[in-house]
Amino acid sequence: MDTRRVKTGASVTTRRIIAYIVLVLVTFICLFWFYVLFINASRSHSDLTKGFTLIPGGYLLKNWDSLMHSTQPVLLGMRNSLIISISAAVLSTYFSTMTAYAIHAYQFKIKDFMFAFILAVMMIPTQVVALGFIRLMGRMNLMDTYIPLIIPSIAAPATFFYMKQYMESTLPMALLEAARIDGSGEFRTFNHIVLPLMKPAIAVQAIFTFVASWNNYFTPALVLTTDKKKTLPILIAQLRSADFLKFDMGQVYMMIAFSIFPVIVIYLILSKYIVGGVAVGAVKG
Amino acid sequence: MDGGKKKNGNSNVVKYNKWGYIFLAPFIIVYCIFQLIPFVSTIYYSFFENYRSGLKQIGPNFIGMGNYAELLSNADIWKYTENTFVMWVIGFIPQIVVSLLLASWFSDPSLRLKGQRFFKTVIYLPNLIMAAAFAMLFFTLFADGGPINSMLINAGILAEPYKFMSNTWSARTLVGFMNFLMWFGNTTILLLAGMMGIDTSLFEAAEVDGATASQIFWKITMPLLRPIFIYVLITSLIGGLQMFDVPQILTNGEGAPDRTTMTLIMYLNKHLFNKNFGMSGALSVILLIITGILSFAVFKFTTNQDNN
Repeated sequence: MDTRRVKTGASVTTRRIIAYIVLVLVTFICLFWFYVLFINASRSHSDLTKGFTLIPGGYLLKNWDSLMHSTQPVLLGMRNSLIISISAAVLSTYFSTMTAYAIHAYQFKIKDFMFAFILAVMMIPTQVVALGFIRLMGRMNLMDTYIPLIIPSIAAPATFFYMKQYMESTLPMALLEAARIDGSGEFRTFNHIVLPLMKPAIAVQAIFTFVASWNNYFTPALVLTTDKKKTLPILIAQLRSADFLKFDMGQVYMMIAFSIFPVIVIYLILSKYIVGGVAVGAVKG
Repeated sequence: MDGGKKKNGNSNVVKYNKWGYIFLAPFIIVYCIFQLIPFVSTIYYSFFENYRSGLKQIGPNFIGMGNYAELLSNADIWKYTENTFVMWVIGFIPQIVVSLLLASWFSDPSLRLKGQRFFKTVIYLPNLIMAAAFAMLFFTLFADGGPINSMLINAGILAEPYKFMSNTWSARTLVGFMNFLMWFGNTTILLLAGMMGIDTSLFEAAEVDGATASQIFWKITMPLLRPIFIYVLITSLIGGLQMFDVPQILTNGEGAPDRTTMTLIMYLNKHLFNKNFGMSGALSVILLIITGILSFAVFKFTTNQDNN
């Protein structure tokens, strides 16, 4: 009995040590790139050409300054990215909750069909209908506007599905009945009773929609043509296709840092909810 | 009186239920305009010859399956399919191995790992980073005169800079590695959720019977994890089919060297930019069919699990 316990104890310790070593390695692989990015964003072009060092240089503010005054309209790019991503996050969560509420709370003829339909189209990638999308936007005179990048987020099957799952566990029908007896209209009930109850789910999905829209490159690159309207991923792609060896490399690193920084900040503040949200979505799996 | 009340109640329900349609309307309208019409018209365009040759506009002329015949008889699409698949495999194999390992450690109560929240936060981080910026970062870091080469030379591992972007396998490995980095955290959390759902009494019983950690993993965890494992595999394959941002930015849309990192969506993007609508239509439809088959497989496996 005693020997057995000692034996398992030792092997658990060994396994724990191996687990920690691997976890530290994995953490290193994940964070190393961002560390190098930070170091390089703080060094001058001539320092960068000499090779890599582990300690930051003193050019952080200088690089920032030259990025702000460069030919790349990065501040406009960030403004455009913010407008599109925030609008998409707000519309997507509001209307996905509304769609989920329609399916959850009411009995009507096409209800089952619509639910099955939304699940069936969930996997269709946006890229493969891009041809029809772009041509239709052209005909509707919506090319080079933000409408094709914002409005479609109202119909987001994956967000809808998450909301529907969440509603099943948190929204009792008795509450809605009570609101009806109190004379609350259906639209009012939705806005003042359902939405506040859905806050945690809305927060999680708002973050995911924001990040997906912020990082999106494929569709915006096809839709936006005016320089002043372009979003950050398009500016990054332009930087890549320019003869970038002529650029100030400190500035190049600064621009990369500039475009991923907002998401990192949001993530560090809200990581608890984000990681939890992924797991909740997975339970369905 | 009773009957009257019932009738009243029914009509009330009917009265309320029209709100189902009202609340559903925004989704239906937006979906039809921005998804359904594009979907149908993409298929429609695939049957027409419609492109620009220099300054001359050819078509649109109806040519039936002509675009498909031309697309599939050209070696390009097979080459790009192979590229996409190879780079997906390079990313997926380490991704599934590391994710299974981490998830089984995180869920193992006997290990009592500390700092789990920190590690989960760190491994999920790369998933949220803008793929375009991440690829641009890797492009500068792995450039011929970039920091990685300078580190390797300083460490005495290399005598002269290695041209990561000019060799087929190093360029593909870079793309695969970035996909691995961006997705293994997500996969770990999915698998972890699946493992946490397994009845712990099974593990306890196995431990009492003297099973080792690896026996428990292969004989209990893996079989019970099969449905979520297949879900992860197929959704990753669907995601791999859409691989675009990373190789596009890394190689500036050229799939260098010699188009060996060109993916199917990069090919589609090229046709879209060149306004070759017939060919992009046919390519889109082929990708739609493959995605449809894979989605159906996900659906079948997950509903099978419910029946059991």
